Amino acid sequence: MALDKPYQDVPGTTIFDAEQSRLGYHLNQFCMSLMKAENRARFKADERAYLDEWPMSEEQKQAVLARDLNWCIRLGGNIYFLAKIGATDGKSFQQMAGSMTGMTEEEYRDMMIAGGRSIEGNRVVGEDGNAQAHRQPQGKAGRKEAN
Amino acid sequence: MARITASVYTSHVPAIGAALDLGKTGEPYWRKVFAGYEFSKAWLRDNTPDVIFLVYNDHATAFSLEMIPTFAIGCAAEFQPADEGWGPRPVPVVKGHPELAAHIAQSVIQDDFDLCIVNKMAVDHGLTVPLSLMCGQPQAWPCPVIPFAVNVVQYPVPSGRRCFNLGRAIRKAVESYDRPLKVQIWGTGGMSHQLQGPRAGLINREFDNTFLDRLIADPADLANMPHIDYVREAGSEGIELVMWLIARGAMSGEFDKRAPRVAHRFYHVPASNTAVGHLILENT
Repeated sequence: MALDKPYQDVPGTTIFDAEQSRLGYHLNQFCMSLMKAENRARFKADERAYLDEWPMSEEQKQAVLARDLNWCIRLGGNIYFLAKIGATDGKSFQQMAGSMTGMTEEEYRDMMIAGGRSIEGNRVVGEDGNAQAHRQPQGKAGRKEAN
Repeated sequence: MARITASVYTSHVPAIGAALDLGKTGEPYWRKVFAGYEFSKAWLRDNTPDVIFLVYNDHATAFSLEMIPTFAIGCAAEFQPADEGWGPRPVPVVKGHPELAAHIAQSVIQDDFDLCIVNKMAVDHGLTVPLSLMCGQPQAWPCPVIPFAVNVVQYPVPSGRRCFNLGRAIRKAVESYDRPLKVQIWGTGGMSHQLQGPRAGLINREFDNTFLDRLIADPADLANMPHIDYVREAGSEGIELVMWLIARGAMSGEFDKRAPRVAHRFYHVPASNTAVGHLILENT
């Protein structure tokens, strides 16, 4: 019998369960290696060569090089691991989280100061909140990329 | 005999640590966060315990995907602040309490909670930010700390019910320790926040404040809330709130269905991506 996964109908959300963890094992372990200063320096000096030391899929490597965190998460990445890449780049958690919404840094910060993203319409897939698939990308950053 | 004198609850947002470490506490954005802890710092100075039992989660710092313990108790004499990628926080080394930690491990494991015993572990912002919020920037932390790490990174995390019952087992363990120590238990993490995907930035004030009300007045009932409600209503990372039920379960049994004395309550949005919640409950 398949496991019950009631969290699959939460919009804009990937739960890091055992299946995602298995998919992303080497991607996440690569991220862990960036907790050492000497590894951060080696990664920054030649990202591709550093990534090639890890048994990650080519697509996982491309997602890291593109710094596309949504893409990384689809491939099994978890945000607490991926945060080590952001830290290596000198980014804050707010910059990293915002980068996944299609908003500019300023748009995302303003949303948080105004009280954050509303839960209304964002509980279940199929509602009309701003985290739903049909409302993406949400801001100027995403629209610029789309053009 | 030892006893639990109070429980403290607080979010542990990493940006709060960065704001302190980089001297930004006077900026209007951060002043509103730190203002909520002014009372708490004075309260802790007046009510310094002999030991703090600090429930938090490791954020892929000490535990990678090589090992993911559901519950891990730090039994070492000291714990170094971790380098999470930005360099280690400039905060004091955390001194442990190996004797009490070993006693609690022995008692709680015999009560059917299979703790992982850890004798070497770096501690991340999940543990050091609550200490900074409650103590400011001292040369040394005011007392020994027993780190207690809970897996909330890889799903499924322990249920609220299990966390609440674990708190009860911790209370029993503390009360059976021979020396007359005053112990505080802190539950950290939350409140509503989501750090991933197009739903990043989610905040749910109504959920958070109802959670605080129920945690104070009827935690035995709150403990029945299933995981999916945390994820859906409080965001994928809001599930950290199950850890607050460990601290609440460790309060006297007479307060399982009614409120203890609420010394302090604070709620503020935002700190970075997160809703900050904070409570001090006294076991009197």
